[in-house]
Amino acid sequence: MKYIYDLHRIMIQEDLILVYEGEFTQEITKSVLSMTERNMESMGEESSIKRKVFNVMVECLQNICKHAEEAIEDAPNSAIFIVGKRDEEYVITSGNPIRNDKIALLSAKLDQINGLDKEGLKNLYKEIIRNTELSEKGGAGLGFVDMARKSGQKLEYDFHPVTEKTSFFSLQTRVSRMAGMEA
Amino acid sequence: MEIINLEGAEDTPKIILDKSNGIFEISGRSLPEDTAEFYRPILDWLSRYAQTPNSKTQFTFKLEYFNTASSKLILDILAKLEAIPGTTVEWYFHEDDEDMEEAGGEFSELVEVPFDFKAY
Repeated sequence: MKYIYDLHRIMIQEDLILVYEGEFTQEITKSVLSMTERNMESMGEESSIKRKVFNVMVECLQNICKHAEEAIEDAPNSAIFIVGKRDEEYVITSGNPIRNDKIALLSAKLDQINGLDKEGLKNLYKEIIRNTELSEKGGAGLGFVDMARKSGQKLEYDFHPVTEKTSFFSLQTRVSRMAGMEA
Repeated sequence: MEIINLEGAEDTPKIILDKSNGIFEISGRSLPEDTAEFYRPILDWLSRYAQTPNSKTQFTFKLEYFNTASSKLILDILAKLEAIPGTTVEWYFHEDDEDMEEAGGEFSELVEVPFDFKAY
C-alpha cells in the first residue's frame, strides 16, 4: 500500500490540486470544472485568473472527450488530467494516447501556434473561425489557439512512445497568477 | 412565432427568442457537449424570423463564458443577424473581463452588424 503514500507525496511535491484518470465524458468534465472552480473560489483567487484557468481546462477536457474513443482500442479511456497550483501560476496538463501517424500533424499545429505572437494568434483565430466548419466530433479547430491566447504562454508538449503504433501525448498550459502585477 | 425560452444550465446558456416582445438574448455559459446540435433550433428559429423580422432587432449577448465550439456557432448566429435589417448587437462583458470584451470586438470585425459594448 506504500504507493498510496508515494502518490500523495508526489501530489504535494508537484503542487497538484487535482488529478483525474479514467473515463472522460461531458458529465465528468462538468464535475472536474466545478471542483476546480470551488477550490479557486475558496482560495480567494482573482476572477480574471479563475476565468483563464476555466477556459484552458474546458478546451483541454473537451479535447480529450472528443478524441477519447479514437484513441487506442486496447487502452480505452486511458487519459489523465491534472491541475497544479503554485504561488506564481496554475499548470493545466492533459495526457492521452494517440496514434503515431497523427504526431506530425499535431506537432506542426502546436509549433505554428507557439511561433505566433499575440497579434498572430488573433489573426489565426479569425482565419480559422471564418473558414472552418465544425468537425464531425464537433470541434472548431480553435482549442489550442484559444489555450495559447488565454494563457498568453507557449503550449508545452511531448510525445512518449508507448507501443509501435502509439504514443502518449502530454500537453501543458501555464496560467500566470501574476497577471495583475505585470501591468 | 413560437417563443424559445431555454433555462440556462451549468454548460448551456439561457436563451430567449421572443419576437412579439422584442426580446432576443443569450446569456450565461456555453460549453455544450454537442454544440451544433444545441444551437440548431436557435439558427432555425432565426432563419424563420429573418423572413418577417421586426423593424428593429436588438440582440443581447451576455455571456460569462463560451468554449471555442460555441464561438463558431455564435458567429453563425451573427451571420444570420447580418442579413436582418435594423439589427444591433448588445455585447455585455464583466468590467474586469478583458477576454470577453476582446471576443466581442473580434466578432464585430467579422460581421457587418453594429455592436454596442456594455460593461457590467
